Amino acid sequence: MSDPAMSLQEGPPAEQTEPAKDANRSLWGDAWYELKRNPIFWVASTMAIFVILLAVFPFLWTNADPSTCRLANSREKPSADHWFGYTFQGCDMWAKVVYGASKSLAVAALATTFTTIIGITMGTLAGFFPGWVDTIISRVTDIFFGLPFLLGAVVFLQLFQIRNVWTITTVLTLLGWTTLTRIMRGSVLSTKNKDYVDAARALGATNGHIVFKHILPNAIAPVFVLSTIALGGYIGAEATLTFLGVGFQQPNTTWGLLIQEGQPYALQGDPHLLVIPCAFVVVTVLAFILLGDALRDALDPRNR
Amino acid sequence: MSTPSTQQTETEPSSASDVILSVRDVKKYFPLTQGIVFKKTIGQVKAVDGVSFDLHKGETLGIVGESGCGKTTLGRLLMGLERATAGSIKINGQETTALEGAGLRKMRRNIQVVLQDPYSSLDPRMTVGDIVGEPFDVHPEVVPKKGRRQAVRDLLDVVGLNPDHINRYPHQFSGGQRQRIGIARALALRPDIIVCDEPVSALDVSVQAQVVNLFERLQDEFALSYVFIAHDLSVVRHISDRVGVMYLGKMVEIGDEMQIYERPTHPYTQALLSAVPVPDPTLRGHRDQIVLEGDVPSPANPPSGCRFRTRCWKAQDICTTDEPLLQLRDTSDHPSACHFAKVRDVIHATD
Amino acid sequence: MTETTIESKRGTENEVLANLPWDANAPLLEVDNLQVEFHTRDGVAKAINGVSFTLDAGETLGILGESGCGKSVTAQAIMGILDIPPAKITGGSIKLNGVDLLQLDEKTRRHVRANKIAIIFQDALSALNPVFTVGWQLAELYRKHSGASRAQAKAKAVDLLKLVRIPAAEQRVNAFPHQFSGGMRQRVMIAMALALEPDIIIADEPTTALDVTVQAQVMQLLADLQKSQNMGLILITHDMGVVADVVDKITVMYAGDAVERADVYQIYERPAHPYTKALLESIPRVDMKGQELAAIKGLPPPLTQLPPGCSFQPRCRFAKDRCTTEDPPLYDVPGNRKSACHYWEEVFNS
Repeated sequence: MSDPAMSLQEGPPAEQTEPAKDANRSLWGDAWYELKRNPIFWVASTMAIFVILLAVFPFLWTNADPSTCRLANSREKPSADHWFGYTFQGCDMWAKVVYGASKSLAVAALATTFTTIIGITMGTLAGFFPGWVDTIISRVTDIFFGLPFLLGAVVFLQLFQIRNVWTITTVLTLLGWTTLTRIMRGSVLSTKNKDYVDAARALGATNGHIVFKHILPNAIAPVFVLSTIALGGYIGAEATLTFLGVGFQQPNTTWGLLIQEGQPYALQGDPHLLVIPCAFVVVTVLAFILLGDALRDALDPRNR
Repeated sequence: MSTPSTQQTETEPSSASDVILSVRDVKKYFPLTQGIVFKKTIGQVKAVDGVSFDLHKGETLGIVGESGCGKTTLGRLLMGLERATAGSIKINGQETTALEGAGLRKMRRNIQVVLQDPYSSLDPRMTVGDIVGEPFDVHPEVVPKKGRRQAVRDLLDVVGLNPDHINRYPHQFSGGQRQRIGIARALALRPDIIVCDEPVSALDVSVQAQVVNLFERLQDEFALSYVFIAHDLSVVRHISDRVGVMYLGKMVEIGDEMQIYERPTHPYTQALLSAVPVPDPTLRGHRDQIVLEGDVPSPANPPSGCRFRTRCWKAQDICTTDEPLLQLRDTSDHPSACHFAKVRDVIHATD
Repeated sequence: MTETTIESKRGTENEVLANLPWDANAPLLEVDNLQVEFHTRDGVAKAINGVSFTLDAGETLGILGESGCGKSVTAQAIMGILDIPPAKITGGSIKLNGVDLLQLDEKTRRHVRANKIAIIFQDALSALNPVFTVGWQLAELYRKHSGASRAQAKAKAVDLLKLVRIPAAEQRVNAFPHQFSGGMRQRVMIAMALALEPDIIIADEPTTALDVTVQAQVMQLLADLQKSQNMGLILITHDMGVVADVVDKITVMYAGDAVERADVYQIYERPAHPYTKALLESIPRVDMKGQELAAIKGLPPPLTQLPPGCSFQPRCRFAKDRCTTEDPPLYDVPGNRKSACHYWEEVFNS
């Protein structure tokens, strides 16, 4: 009641003073305002946009063709002309890395989209309808949680004979939707208990009105944060699976394959074969984690 | 204290015809369950256990009691936010406990709510215009679409807010102003009844008075009837025509404001009134203060007979065996649920 | 009381305390011109701008005010539990028996805090650790500062629970906080505050979360204990009824200022500051039934944008031009009172 910080957060009394500089900003607007002031957001989003541009427009970044390889150049060290050197196959490493971004990112983006959609839907259903709907969804998520992610992915992918963007996306989605569902369910449960939901109900609002007008807009923020972080996670997961031999196969070009290919030579005088693709994976994953953190700070109502 | 004014509102309850809300023996039991997959009912919390009263047109009925007495659940039952386990709630003569779908939605135009927490009762992501206009989205037939913006501006004006602030967000307003927004939303459908659940208890004293005045002004302007649920006895006395006192899911005493405050006959009402600190230091040590022992028992396992007997200084054997009914008694000019009902003037007593 | 506080009885901790230059003739607590700022995103919030009061042993002081007026910040500053930053004490002194607490190093301050001043919060549930029994928490607190054995400490815990009139204390000592009702938990908090026999207890809205019948029990207990132990009690509250019931003198706070200081009887009979007067008038009274309540117009100003001159002036019906430019000092009012209003005489005589 008498916490000074609480009363400080109240806006200026509208009857007396003119609106302060931040008048009429919605919570989303407020979050964006916070985000803009966070340098980490700018660093992380620059990194992420760079990777996305690599993936979408690889030809803008290199003239070399990643499939034109000459064994004569095999394992050549980085040089002034070719900053990243050549791969074991004698391909230009920079071209390989640039063209490798697209498949990794496609898998991660698709898996994130699908898990987010499923997570929001299932989580909302489970949180909004207590009783058997919640019981079924919650038990199913529990079962999936019991399945170790890596083991599950290896087993599922071994079953598929075709390994392309879609199969890998499917497996990642299958194993990844539960986390978001849980987060969404918890968020919906706490939003559902807010008085404004009761007030809408007392007005006679339908469930659909309540879910789309009140619950979703207020409950969705933590899912966005987690999805952003998960996107980085899926890039790492794809690289891991490919490295283990159950992901993409040659003659595709992905970061996971480059790591797999370069790994045997890392300790034989050619560390760049391993270090360069790894660095791209690490930087990309980091970019999305930082982005998620920045989003969380901006969306967290406790910060204002 | 000075002689209380005998001024009553014009709508002194008289005939049965002006009863706008009629509640009969309404009950709400919440099951206590155990287990995750196979839920087993192991008991019941009797939050509201047989409450009856009438609300007349233009009248304010105050409901007082301490936490756990069931007053909030009673309010939720009236608003249709909880479904009654048993009993009847009639609005304008129409039974509401069995309504569903469109019928329920139509009924809700007659009864609206103002909730306690001015912070959580407004959706933080909606503008004030959207919040106050939400009733029109739910009941599109009330105001044609192109008239809604103006209707919202009018409502803001009525509750004393600047209509030009229609595009602002709740966080730009103070607690008292937010409560006004909540009141504007409740007024939008022109209901007959507004259920107010602790509408001023989260506000500071100086702001509280503004909001209480607003409630009284709106009642005159729109011929509203209020069910005013609160724990602040002096605010309830100020605003109410009649007052009901609840304890552990039961109504223990009901009567007009003078009867309850000046001539209480139930020991719990007496204890409650005597416990309210009076803002007058000269009365210190001269008041008839009844300090109750112990706490309110659990509503999952209420005492047999009279529920107040475990804390009552008058309790005798009959209180354990026979439940006292809320009825007129020789010693009480208004309904009182005590075998030993007797007037004791606690708020004026000095020695 | 003031003489015995210097006596050493608890090992090194007490040696530290005993070596402080206590002055037995000084008031028990003397807060002088205390100023606290908060650095927030919206700028500097002046949470307290010059609050002064004194408290003697056996005396009860009420600090009355609405949310955000700075009453809790005052309590936290006295206890030394302000979060610094964002808070910053920018001026003034807090003297306990003549020793300025603001000049002490953190360690000494901690010893003083543990042994001389105790605080009771509004929310007893979050102030108690849920994973330990209340007896254990009481005993540990006592043992840590007194050097008593475990058995002695356990016995002390039972004694303390008896002191705060918890029934069946011998059994309840082994219960966890969640097994107590709200009123009982607040009694446990009082027991913890009393454990080290402090000279001062600060009660910050101790009964706000409780029901009236329970509030009556707890306030009576607090008042009885304060008398029997001859402590100084600072009661911080927004409830004018509670204040009228127990305190000896009152400091009324508004927007970080102490606007009026007086004896409790004087203030209720004849307020000398327009804010106090308006607060008293805004309480619903029986003879006001059917009439409008005398509400105070407008809202308290945000602490980041205090108006020039008197902070209460925009809401004040006594305000004149002078109030918008000149910050009122604390004027002397007959009866050893103070009021921060240029026109206190007008208020006083109205």
